[in-house]
Parts: sequence; structure tokens; C-alpha cells
Amino acid sequence: MSPFFTLLARDIKLAARSGGSAFLALSFFALVATLVPLGVGADLRLLARVGGGVLWVGAVLAALLSLDRLFQGDFEDGSLDLIALSPLPLELTALAKMLAHWLSTGAALTLLSPLLALLFNLPPAATLTLFLSLLLGTPAVSAVGAIGASLTLSLKRGGLILPLIILPLLSPAVIFGAGAVSLTLDRLASGGALGLLAAFSAGAVLLSPFAAAASVRLNLGG
Amino acid sequence: MITSLIAEKLACARGDRRLFENLSFRVKAGQALAVEGANGAGKTSLLRLIAGFLSPAAGRLVVQDADGESDDAEERGKQIGWLGHQDGLKPQLTVAEQLAFWAALYRGTTNSAVLEQVGLQRQADLPCRYLSAGQKRRLALARLLVSQRPLWLLDEPFAALDTSGQALVAQLMALHCGQGGIIIAATHEPLGLGNESLKL
Amino acid sequence: MNWLFRYANPHNFMRLSNVLLPITAVATALCLGVGLYLGFTVPPDYQQGSTVLLLFIHVPADVAAEAAYGAIAICSLLSLVWRHPLSDIAGRAAAPFGAVFTALGLITGALWGKPMWGTYWVWDARLTSFLLLLFLFFGYMALWNAIEDEVRAARAAAILALVGVVNIPIIKFSVDWWSTLHQGESIVSGKIAPVYLAPLLIMMLGYILLFVSLWMLRIRTVILERRARTLMQRSAA
Repeated sequence: MSPFFTLLARDIKLAARSGGSAFLALSFFALVATLVPLGVGADLRLLARVGGGVLWVGAVLAALLSLDRLFQGDFEDGSLDLIALSPLPLELTALAKMLAHWLSTGAALTLLSPLLALLFNLPPAATLTLFLSLLLGTPAVSAVGAIGASLTLSLKRGGLILPLIILPLLSPAVIFGAGAVSLTLDRLASGGALGLLAAFSAGAVLLSPFAAAASVRLNLGG
Repeated sequence: MITSLIAEKLACARGDRRLFENLSFRVKAGQALAVEGANGAGKTSLLRLIAGFLSPAAGRLVVQDADGESDDAEERGKQIGWLGHQDGLKPQLTVAEQLAFWAALYRGTTNSAVLEQVGLQRQADLPCRYLSAGQKRRLALARLLVSQRPLWLLDEPFAALDTSGQALVAQLMALHCGQGGIIIAATHEPLGLGNESLKL
Repeated sequence: MNWLFRYANPHNFMRLSNVLLPITAVATALCLGVGLYLGFTVPPDYQQGSTVLLLFIHVPADVAAEAAYGAIAICSLLSLVWRHPLSDIAGRAAAPFGAVFTALGLITGALWGKPMWGTYWVWDARLTSFLLLLFLFFGYMALWNAIEDEVRAARAAAILALVGVVNIPIIKFSVDWWSTLHQGESIVSGKIAPVYLAPLLIMMLGYILLFVSLWMLRIRTVILERRARTLMQRSAA
């Protein structure tokens, strides 16, 4: 196996074995979806109206939960030094870690979303749009999140500052993602919104490995 | 294959503090260099400098091989076998998985003989969380072997090891030098390789 | 870039700013004074009445806030590429002013919204973008404060600022897109009557000069603080 897939496979294995960060994220996601109707009331028309936005925000927050550990574990036990000296460039290291994070959280959240859409009375067409938008948009969450995780990797309480850093940067993903669902609810074409979302994701996935690698390099020099 | 590592008037600064300056040395293939000094003198920083994690405040590091010489930190990093303070082990992975991971990442080779060499063949399927500090250190040594790098940078290689473990480190180091490798070790104890030493 | 490096030296910066600061301070006072006078003497808008006055405080605040983020971004680039300590200081020093100008823009926008639409907050696209910009400033400042080692903090904050500067146009675009989707209101719509243009431009210039003056003052303070700290460390040793 190439070094890239070796690292990817190890990170997924670690995520699966350390008490399931995916399970944690999914539970959090489901809990948000339960609390919002308790907060705003059980009016099914209202719930359908806000469902796309609520589930998008819930998914982003749920994906954040495990992000602060993306580089931190490897930094603390010395693995990051060793990875940096391996033939794998740090940019690809960052990409592998983003991909592992997405597979263990973003993809799982996307798969769960149709079930939670039921709680919000979303019609089938809107549910499909929600599913597609999460599929296209959650990679951006992992990618932008990786930048935040690399910037805060040496901080003991990095998890506190991480959301403040990356949530404003992720606002376009929430806007396009939830917007696509709104458009579908109004029986309008959501293709444009999904296209914008895909473009944002692609840009984030292409550019953030460089920012994350620069930031990891900076932290190894400490 | 590296023929020698040369430091020319190196200086290292951390924040406002200068750790060392005007440091020059030369280590040839098959030789070892012990770096000695009090805590905080900059032993670990020197190793991190050689590894390319830190950049020197002044001076340069040159690697010579059959093709010529280079002071590129990135290139140098690809020659380095690193044994730091921490062992770089995950509690959730077994000894064999751990070693296979590092071997694949470093495009090295792994075989059961390596585990035998460091005395961990019986623990191969045990998750690392159950290993003692000394056993973890032995696994880190196995990782160093499978990485197959010519330039070893060792930070306190004898730490956390019992007498037989220390003998193992000495034996592995002698073997590495015998095969034409280079060792630079930060240490409080003599390496026992007939090596030179550098006092920071 | 040579001229830049010359003034990037803290010592030269102190000398240069010593001369510049009084000039920009006087110019700031002049611009703001004249701008406000003109602003108060223009005829009230037929639609907005005397609330049009807020335009002269609100719009320049937004411009100054964007200028501050631009200043941070340029300092970040200088600090990452040329690793000069003065650009680290300058980037950090600009952030609180940027945040204050952003907050001022939001507050005046809200005050304007009340008489215009009967509510303080209307999720207007411009206001929403600025709310997000405020959080970008907060994040930048929080990262600076969280990392103890100053060199490392400066580099990390610089990376964040550059990521932010790439993202800001996308955020603006997405918020504009969002507001057409939800048919939000807009504070500044249509053309500005020429009679308002002169005071507005003068106020903008005044705000930018105010930012530049405060910024220089803050950089000077930080440099002096550092010198004092070095002296105290020496006397302790």
C-alpha cells in the first residue's frame, strides 16, 4: 500500500477503535434534531420549513466534535514527527487526515440525514436534496476544519477555540446547502445551489492541505 | 549512501534565547556522535535542527554522498531515522499493526525477525496499551530498524530501558555503524562505540 | 521591497511614525470635522428623513473595517514570506480596531433599521456579511491570545488571516445569494444623491486616517512595551 493509503487506513482504524467518534457525532446530530422540535414546537409545516437549515447546522457542529483531535493525537505522542520524516509530503498527510475524518464523520452524518429528515417532515424531494447537499458539502467541513485543527494542534484547549476559527469560514457551505433544500421545498431547481456548494467544497479540499501543512510545519518547529 | 554529515557554525535560537552558536562538527559514515550537556542546553533542539523541524539561526548543515553535497532540509529529512522522547505508538493498535504501519509509511520492509531482534515476538498481537515503558521503547527501536534510514537521530536512546534493553540498543547501534550508518545521539550515558562526543 | 524593509525595522518605524502620527492625527480631525459638518447641513432625504445622517457614520465604518482586514492580510503575507517581526506586531495591532469598526458598522446599521423598518435587525446582506467579518476578527484575536509562544502565534494567526482573506469574497457572495433567496431588505439601495457624496467620501477618508493613526499609535506602544520588557529582563538577570 502507498504511504497515503497507509495513513488513511490507520486513521480510520483508530477512529473506529477509539470508542467510535462516528457514533459520538451521529448521536450529537440526532440529539440536535430532537431538541429543536422540542424548542420550536411540533408544528409540522414550520419544522419542514426550518428542517434543512437545522440539520445542516447540526451536521456541521457534529463534525466539529472530533476535529480538534485530527492532528493533536499524533502531535502529542510524537507520531507527527515521524510522519513528517516519512516519504509522504505533509500536504498529502493533511489530505489523508481530512479524508479519514470525512469518512468517519461527514459520510456517516450524510447517511443518517434521511432518517432525521423524517423528524422534520421533509418531503422526499427535499430529503434527497438534503442528502446530496451533505454529501457534497461535508468534505468542505473536514477540509476547512483541518486548517483549524492544524492551527490549534499544540493547544490543550484547542477544542474551545476551533469553532470560533472555522465556523465563520464555513458559512458559505451552510448557506448553499440549506439554501438548496429551501429551493426544493419551494419547487424550484436546486441544481445551481448544489453546484455552488460543490465548487466551494472542491476549492476547500484543494487548498486547505497547503494551509494545514504550513501550519503543521510551524508547530513541529516549536 | 551518505558519506558524511557536516555542521558549519550552527546557531540555534528559541524565542529571545540563544541556545548555542558557532557549533561545528563532522560525522562520517560508520561513526557515531554523542551530544552531551545539561538539561536545557539544546540537545533535543540540535536533533530537531538536523531533522529539519527547526531552521538554524545561522550556519548550515551539509549532507555529503557519492553524488555531491546538499544542505536541503527536506532532502535530509528523507534520510533520517528518528527516535525521539516519545515512542509514537497508539494504544489501540497491536504491536504488529504498529510496525506494519510504520514500515508501509516509510516504504521499508517488515518481517517477524525484526520483532524477534528487539525481543517482542511474543507480544506481536498485543495492543500497545498493555506494553510496559521498556517494551514500548523496544517497539520504537523496531520501528527505527524497519524505516531503513542511514542517519539515526536518537534522543536519550537508553531511557526507560533495563540492562538487557540497554545492551540491545548498544548492539543495534554498533550494527548500524558497522553497516556504514551514522548516529547522532543526545545522551547522558556513554554510547560505548568508541565515538566522539560533543558538549553543549 | 527595499524601502519597505527599511521601515520594517522597529527603530526606523519609530522615527517615521513620530513624524507621520501628528500629521495623520490632524488630518483625521479635519476630515471628521468637515465631514460631520457637511453631513449635518445637507437637506434631509425625502425617504429617510434625518436618519440619512447615520449613513455618514455607518458606511465609512464598514470601509474602515475592511481596510483593517486588508491591512492584517498584507501584514500576514509579509510575516509569512519575509518573517519580519514588525509585520507580526502590526497585524496583531490592527485586529481590535477592525473589530471595533465592524461593531460600529453593525450598531449604526441596527439603529438605522429601527426607524426604517421598525426593527433593529433585518438580516440585510451587508449587515450579515459584517456580522461574519466580526467573528473572523474575533477568531484571529483569539488564536493570537491562545498560543503562548509569540513567534508561533504570529505565524498561525497569519495563516488564518490569509485563509480568511481568500474566504471573505466567497462569504460575501454566498450571503448575497442567500439574501436574494430569502428576499431580504437592503440598507443602501439605488444611487446615492450627489449632495451626499462629498460628505460621505470625506468621512470615509477620515475613518481610514483614524484607523491608520490608531494603528500606528498601537504599534508604537507595543514596540515600547517590548523594549521595556527587554530592559526588565536584563536587570533581572
